[in-house]
Amino acid sequence: MKKYNINHLRELESESIFIMREVAAQFENPGLLFSGGKDSIVMVHLAVKAFWPAKIPFPLVHIDTGHNFEETITFRDELVEKIGARLIVGSVQESIDKGRVAEEKGYNASRNLLQTVTLLDTIEEAKLDAALGGGRRDEEKARAKERFFSHRDEFGQWDPKNQRPELWNIFNGKKHLGEHFRVFPLSNWTEMDIWQYIYLENIDIPSLYFTHERAAFIRDGVVLADAPFMMKRDTEEVKTMQVRCRTIGDITCTGLTFSTADNLEDIIAEIAATRVTERGGRADDKRSESAMEDRKKEGYF
Amino acid sequence: MKQKTMDNNQDFSSKAYLDMELLRFSTAGSVDDGKSTLIGRLLYDSKSIFEDQLESVKRASIKKGNEQIDLALVTDGLRAEREQGITIDVAYRYFATPKRKFIIADTPGHVQYTRNMVTGASTANAALILIDARNGVTEQTYRHSYISSLLQIPHLIICVNKMDLVDYKEEVYEEIKEQFSAFASKLDVKDIRFVPISALKGDNVVDHSKNMPWYGGGTLRYILENIHVGSDLNHLDPRFPVQYVIRPQSDEFHDYRGYAGRVAGGVFRKGDRVVVLPSGFATTIEAIDGYKEELKEAYPPMSVTIRLADDIDISRGDMIVKENNVPEISQDVDVMVCWMSEKAMQTRMKYHLKHTTNDVKCMVKEIKYKVDVNTLNRIEDGNELKMNEIARVTLRTTKPLYFDSYRQNRQTGSLILIDEATNNTVGVGMIV
Repeated sequence: MKKYNINHLRELESESIFIMREVAAQFENPGLLFSGGKDSIVMVHLAVKAFWPAKIPFPLVHIDTGHNFEETITFRDELVEKIGARLIVGSVQESIDKGRVAEEKGYNASRNLLQTVTLLDTIEEAKLDAALGGGRRDEEKARAKERFFSHRDEFGQWDPKNQRPELWNIFNGKKHLGEHFRVFPLSNWTEMDIWQYIYLENIDIPSLYFTHERAAFIRDGVVLADAPFMMKRDTEEVKTMQVRCRTIGDITCTGLTFSTADNLEDIIAEIAATRVTERGGRADDKRSESAMEDRKKEGYF
Repeated sequence: MKQKTMDNNQDFSSKAYLDMELLRFSTAGSVDDGKSTLIGRLLYDSKSIFEDQLESVKRASIKKGNEQIDLALVTDGLRAEREQGITIDVAYRYFATPKRKFIIADTPGHVQYTRNMVTGASTANAALILIDARNGVTEQTYRHSYISSLLQIPHLIICVNKMDLVDYKEEVYEEIKEQFSAFASKLDVKDIRFVPISALKGDNVVDHSKNMPWYGGGTLRYILENIHVGSDLNHLDPRFPVQYVIRPQSDEFHDYRGYAGRVAGGVFRKGDRVVVLPSGFATTIEAIDGYKEELKEAYPPMSVTIRLADDIDISRGDMIVKENNVPEISQDVDVMVCWMSEKAMQTRMKYHLKHTTNDVKCMVKEIKYKVDVNTLNRIEDGNELKMNEIARVTLRTTKPLYFDSYRQNRQTGSLILIDEATNNTVGVGMIV
């Protein structure tokens, strides 16, 4: 690398740190949406770097579907402890109990959609005026149109056809009372960038990302983890399988990959060779061509 | 585990990965000029389109009644875009080759989307301009080229596409090249290259074309991989807009006070004599902090934290510069404005103005002339600027701005205008 050039990972890092500081400067009460997945872990890592030696000037916000991998919650609590951050938990179970949402029924029932209501309620209750999310533009075609600073109206809705122009590195976070912003510092990162960065920075990630044995079954070609609340058809046989997670979300819709990768180098080699996107295993995106766009308009992550 | 494909030289070992540079380029085009096919090919040939994405495009193509896979559907993200078969907004695409990572800002080409073209061009190092070999240089070519030059994209790559439809004739290519070069002399662009291609057939996109032995230059991908981008950023005039003040107020860092920001120009080193604007106080850089470490120097586009030797009152919006290299300081700025809102800009109107990390208000003093983006002619008419129009405008700000011309520095030379009632970004400007 020539003098006064930085490599692309450092450039992405610098861009994300700039965005995080912009959020801290432009908003009164931001929060960082934390799912326990690799992207939000990288987000926390970047936030720590952005404000060092001070602590992160905003809380982590976890929307808990109640249908988690156990490891996710343990990991979350340890991370919060380590960085000395405040944690806000919005519970989907509570939203169900309060009658704000109704549980989906049937084999493919998932709490993924219900999260949106809990998320918006949590944002309102905690009076957040900006919610930092780990969404990336390479994930999904509706996300490819997303701004770094994404305006949401008083109902939390996204209006993709009427977004604010975003040029250079000038970000317009002005809003009316009751409106909020979603901010995506990782917009320009790809899945490969995330893994290479985790490797480069030696960032701790949950053991779920590495190969392990797990009771699982196959539905419509997707490998799903078994859990007490998973309804299974008679034909769906639970077996012990050698798997790992490529993404981590709600357990009911997170597809697992057959893999023996037990270290980051192997994971990176696996990603480089794979021919399916990481969301290819996500049942939530398969519901329709515009599944993500529709959910996002309603206020989804 | 490594796959055997035409691209099996893809090396994503971490060592190689860390050596990669980032290149951002913009494309603009309409439905018929093969832009989507070209992007589709660049993504496909670098293994950046995945099987499930291809499946979903296939499904959508069949649904629309198409016989062939419509690669344009890969780039159209919103439901309305797929339904209407047009690109409305800027879409960002990513692919990597062993040498570089690329970000494509894919924008619509029609005149009514000039504002989207401007948006996509604002961060680009290079612009791909497509010319249909059958039609030669058109109004749209002029428009794209002018906007690329206005936004100071350093490198233009002119792709003469659909060479297969003109029997790969060298004369056709040469004629277009000549036609474009004559026009380009009016533009302010550092580097212009030409490449004859067929996006559909793949000629000169990734592999050298056997159909055009007369072409001795590199393929499109080779050009993209080898354009020199190191000198695109300003490394001469040190500019550090203060973004955020870091004060831990903890036992360990009791007296710590650091000024966080992203270097917008030049090189800063520990011990440098600096001046803080607007106060004009001079002091010395005590340290440049990265994460848990001190850095010897900082340059664009690094995000760092600067500590100063003296206790001076500094807040967001201030700018740290070198004592012997100070930007312009003024409340009157001349700006090339591109208007982005349905509600026209008028003289005497007031707007919020954002420039670097600074936030002020401004009034439109004068609209000097508009530019016809198709002919580059100046039009002196009226006191109104409508959506997608570009004009030279004089603004008067409530507080001084510290700025350079956009030509000199894209960071300290750019600004946006915000409607005070709606909070929408309604205009963008490049300081003359």
